Amino acid sequence: MTFLTIVYALLFYIATALLIAGLASKIRQYAKTPAPLKIPTTPAPVTRTGVVMRMFREVVFFESLFKSNKWIWIFGWMFHYGMFLVLARHLRYFTDPVWTWVALIQPFGMYAAFAMAAGLLGLWARRLLVDRVRYISALSDHLMLALLFAISGTGLMMDYVTPTDIVGVKEFFRGLMVFNWQPIPQDPVLLVHLALVATLMIIFPISKLLHAPGVFFSPTRNQVDNPREQRHLSAWAAELEK
Amino acid sequence: MADFDTPELKEYPVIPHIQEGTMAHSKPFVAKEQFQEPLGFPGELVDNWQQVAYDKMEELTGKYRSLAVFLDSCVKCGACTDKCHYYLGTSDPKNMPVARQDLFRKVYRRKFTFAGKYFPKLVGAVDLTKEVLDDWYSYFHQCSQCRRCSVFCPYGIDTAEISMAAREVMDSIGVGQKYCNEIIAKVYKIGNNLGLPQPALADTLEGLEEDIEDDTGVAVRLPLDEKGADILVVTPSADFFAEPHVDGLMGYAKVFHEAGVSWTLSSYASEAANFGMFIGSYENMRKVSLRIRQAALDLGVKRIIFGECGHAWRVAYSFLNTLAGPFDFLDPKYPVPMHIMEFTYDLIQRGGITLDKSANDDMVLTYHDSCNVARASRMGPKPGGQFVLPREVIKASCNHFYDMPQDTIHESTFCCGGGGGLLTDDLMELRVKGAMPRMEALKHVVENHGVTHMAAICAICKSQFAKVMPYYGFQMDSIVSVHQLVSNAIVLGNKQ
Repeated sequence: MTFLTIVYALLFYIATALLIAGLASKIRQYAKTPAPLKIPTTPAPVTRTGVVMRMFREVVFFESLFKSNKWIWIFGWMFHYGMFLVLARHLRYFTDPVWTWVALIQPFGMYAAFAMAAGLLGLWARRLLVDRVRYISALSDHLMLALLFAISGTGLMMDYVTPTDIVGVKEFFRGLMVFNWQPIPQDPVLLVHLALVATLMIIFPISKLLHAPGVFFSPTRNQVDNPREQRHLSAWAAELEK
Repeated sequence: MADFDTPELKEYPVIPHIQEGTMAHSKPFVAKEQFQEPLGFPGELVDNWQQVAYDKMEELTGKYRSLAVFLDSCVKCGACTDKCHYYLGTSDPKNMPVARQDLFRKVYRRKFTFAGKYFPKLVGAVDLTKEVLDDWYSYFHQCSQCRRCSVFCPYGIDTAEISMAAREVMDSIGVGQKYCNEIIAKVYKIGNNLGLPQPALADTLEGLEEDIEDDTGVAVRLPLDEKGADILVVTPSADFFAEPHVDGLMGYAKVFHEAGVSWTLSSYASEAANFGMFIGSYENMRKVSLRIRQAALDLGVKRIIFGECGHAWRVAYSFLNTLAGPFDFLDPKYPVPMHIMEFTYDLIQRGGITLDKSANDDMVLTYHDSCNVARASRMGPKPGGQFVLPREVIKASCNHFYDMPQDTIHESTFCCGGGGGLLTDDLMELRVKGAMPRMEALKHVVENHGVTHMAAICAICKSQFAKVMPYYGFQMDSIVSVHQLVSNAIVLGNKQ
């Protein structure tokens, strides 16, 4: 058991725990905080089914962003869907035997990695070149793009420049899952890649990445437009009536 | 005309480059003690204001899911940056929705998030200093809460929610805005924003009845405080005397007359507007709303109908049932409340009134979707009815109608520039500049279709346009009420 294996094993346990606990606590906070008034951005669906459809279009197609700005939409969509496929592709490091659909998407996942990186560069270019977006960017906004780009860059390097011992990687992660630690391959690019991924997991619940759960709780998008038909009253507002 | 330059109207909309600080000087008058205390707010800046403000922020993020989610979720993508009419009209980057939110968010981050507590520089977090508070007062009074940004935000972040919260925090430490708070106090004392007492109101309505009779030869009533009437009509008090509002009010009266229904106004609830929303105060918004419930109970009506007013329709349609419901004592056959447009549209559909379109042949019309009606309410049973019904009523009343460009109407409509509690003379520069995108769209249809008049269904829009249109070379009377068109076209006595 090398020192590096211990460090990375602990790192991923901690990162996973923080990610799950952090997200769970944020989701609980959003769910428990009342929405005392009906504030859907109208025109809004008048049924629950309609709201599910609206949310689906928002999350899958980025409908509002499409209405807003085609450049952000195309770069954002490339990045998110690239990342989605890449993540799905990575499931092969955690499943044995590898699920059929995961095996089938492997070739697409390769292209997706380029789409992800290109999308990130596009978003970054906007942040640097458009004066309005530059104005609203904090250092953390640039660092977030740097982090994501470095993750996709190191990932691509292992595919095209310095192939890593992916069998060893799989054994390491499979081992972590059953608390039977296996040595981590001592490949610097892999180690950097994994350290950055763990960093991303840790900062997820304390950063703007909270937009991922947040969108589902956004009252302007998830409320049914039926205030006249159904009285909507939160607990604290009901107290005022006593 | 004024000590600022009116923006130039361009052939096509241009997104301006940022010019920092161009509107930093814009601030409305601060409310004095006598306007703060009736609303339950301290009369002047409290000693430990910083701590009181932090406590209020914590309270509000616990009471409003919108605020909690919106403060965390923004990724600074920039989608909203070119959507605010105040940014387009002033070029001040703090008028970009995200930058306006960030004035609040950076304090929230500093006090309530891990990153802001331990790495403030990294995420741009700051304490609520006097300078930051000044920025809040300036720029949260440069948001008309029109929700245009929320249409385009991928997470639906609504800057209006954050402006409302910021104003509530400021009220709680004694830094209120005179215009809004004075008006709310007037509603508590007298019953309407204008401070029009019952005798004056009765007198005004009598005068209007005489005007209609002189004009048409038909005795159309405008009843006040009549117990046992079927319908309580709640309308913005501007309808009682301001132009072109009052022409709209006479339109409602003629419609009710032709429909043969009994109706009444109330002197106790002689105000549809509810400025409690502008200052983000649930308690004050509720208190104003309860007056309408009380009036309905006292007068024993069966239905409530609202007149032409934008934010009032938001509060009525979206919030009234919550704030002052349940309305189980009213006739369950009708939605509570109804908009006058729903009533008139229905009547037209059923052939209940006769309209002579040629009465409006001296006008070529367009229609301004008021922000709160467009993006925060509905009319009729279908989503988007708020766009259809007014247009159908207009088209039934006139022969010449043209819409402004697609990206400036319906859910993408531009605010008039005076909404959200900013319709005050101490913000004239902001109001003129904020109207620029709407004026640009109007100019387009004026030049391409010969449009002469713009119709609207909001008291604030009407007052604002009457005031700012001359800055852009339009006549102040080229803004009209939708029910003014109905009033012109309606053939009286037909259905008796």
